[in-house]
Amino acid sequence: MKLVLAIIKPHKLDDVRGTLDGISIQGLTVSEAQGYGRQKGHTEIYRGAEYETNLVPKMRIELVVEDEFATRVVEAIQGAAQTGAIGDGKIFVIPVEHAVRIRTGELDNDAL
Amino acid sequence: MTLCEGVKSMLSSYSKLACGACIGALLVAVPAFAQDAAPTATAAAQFTPTAEMVNKGDTTWMLISSALVLLMSAPALALFYGGLVRAKNMLSVLMQVLAIVCIATLMWVGWGYTLSFTGGNEFVGGFSKAFLSGVDVTTLAATFSNRVYIPEYAYVIFQMTFACITPALIVGGFAERVRFWPLMLFVVLWLTIVYYPIAHMVWYWAGPDFLPANPDDHGFLFGKGALDFAGGTVVHINAGVAGLMGCLVLGKRIGYKSELIAPHSLPMTYIGACLLWVGWFGFNAGSNLEANGVTAVAFINTYVATAAAALTWALLEQVVHKKPSLLGAATGAVVGLVAITPASGFAAPITSIILGSVASAVCFLFVVKVKNAFGYDDSLDVFGVHCVGGIVGALGTAFCANPAWGGQGWIDYTVAPAVPGEFSLSAQIVAQLWAIGTTLIWSGGVSLVLFIVIDKTIGLRPTADVEREGLDINEHGERAYSF
Repeated sequence: MKLVLAIIKPHKLDDVRGTLDGISIQGLTVSEAQGYGRQKGHTEIYRGAEYETNLVPKMRIELVVEDEFATRVVEAIQGAAQTGAIGDGKIFVIPVEHAVRIRTGELDNDAL
Repeated sequence: MTLCEGVKSMLSSYSKLACGACIGALLVAVPAFAQDAAPTATAAAQFTPTAEMVNKGDTTWMLISSALVLLMSAPALALFYGGLVRAKNMLSVLMQVLAIVCIATLMWVGWGYTLSFTGGNEFVGGFSKAFLSGVDVTTLAATFSNRVYIPEYAYVIFQMTFACITPALIVGGFAERVRFWPLMLFVVLWLTIVYYPIAHMVWYWAGPDFLPANPDDHGFLFGKGALDFAGGTVVHINAGVAGLMGCLVLGKRIGYKSELIAPHSLPMTYIGACLLWVGWFGFNAGSNLEANGVTAVAFINTYVATAAAALTWALLEQVVHKKPSLLGAATGAVVGLVAITPASGFAAPITSIILGSVASAVCFLFVVKVKNAFGYDDSLDVFGVHCVGGIVGALGTAFCANPAWGGQGWIDYTVAPAVPGEFSLSAQIVAQLWAIGTTLIWSGGVSLVLFIVIDKTIGLRPTADVEREGLDINEHGERAYSF
């Protein structure tokens, strides 16, 4: 099993979800996140007081898939989340040791 | 007249008793005061207003206007200010505004009305109507027209709403870093020593039917010929300079210019600003004390000056910062309201538009450039918006009132019936400067002393830990938002 963890632009979430639905992915977890990378944030001005905001809002999506699906999922996310500008985000793939479906007690691949 | 003499004559007036427009009714209701008031009474006895001089339309308008001005303080100003602070201090601002409105209301009934609107001397009224003694459903208050009166209760209520919003404006100068009860103590002292005398100096006069017989029965600045239709000096310059003094005594907020101190809810600020605009029709058009053509001109002037000022600020931001911000437009709208306040009943719509635009540009410069250059932390720009906008408005009133430019001029009430006075622009500017200077010096000086004394004795500023964690949880034991 692999955990696919992606940081994407917030407005790309619907595209990513649509693409993942298209390759029969059953579910994913989404959380709002903030961070910075090469995209350095922006300036906010309140009555002339300027503030550099160096944390940019992002969406963090996580899903665990069987090993052989991981590559397709990564390609799907990359294709859907790409705008070509800096700040598009990153995708990480991490091995997962164990999984349990809480309702039934099914384990590992059966739990996904 | 020096300040010292002013204080002396003010103090001496506390023992003096005199009456305003409702002299006849007062003498009946409070016979004990009759002896002291005798000289005025003899002269005023020539005229007694009657119930037939009261118009139901005027009375209705004044009561509606009073409710509109209350709308400006407890809901509108509180939300306007509340949205501008950080979430951890939201409730402290709402609570400060609400408590100040309540305190000012009770004080007005107790000794505010009498110190503001009875004869006394030039600088402060007397105690003849303390706790509204002598005011009842039959007593009347003068308007700006001969033989037109409103119920005195309506006048008491209307003026009460002004005494409520003015001290509430001050909290913007040092929001997010002040202790609750010491601030309330300041408000009690400030209203008594600053607001009531200034209101008396600018607005107190015997009324058009009484002034010819008592040409000296008016406040100091009224006598100078200063024009302030709805409170540019009494409310905005007065509160603005007091807020600046508080800001200077308290010092900067922790993290000022080094941390993100951004407004926590601009939608709330927007709601507050728009409610202010609506309520201000009561403030300005209501200040005519009658419902007639001048009321309507004050109304439209208030309307258009605000629109012009909001757009001016947004356009300046587009030029300077490349983006027009909502906060900027809302701030501009409030500047327009402040600036048109003294001129509202004297200007024409076109000069009101010019006044609103000019005030917006001047305040933009102050709030965006001057404040940041000097580095004082006027949290919500009460000085930059209300004092600077008020000064531009007070000076602009001299130009806008000029009949040559479509203004209403001024009315000579020393003859009955009153006639239009001969307008002189230079003399009017001098009169306006008297009002501006007196208010700046008296309010600024007394406020500075009060803030320093309270700070050195019981302390104005919370500890650094309290300020970091927020006033809501520490001063009031609650938080604005639970997610």
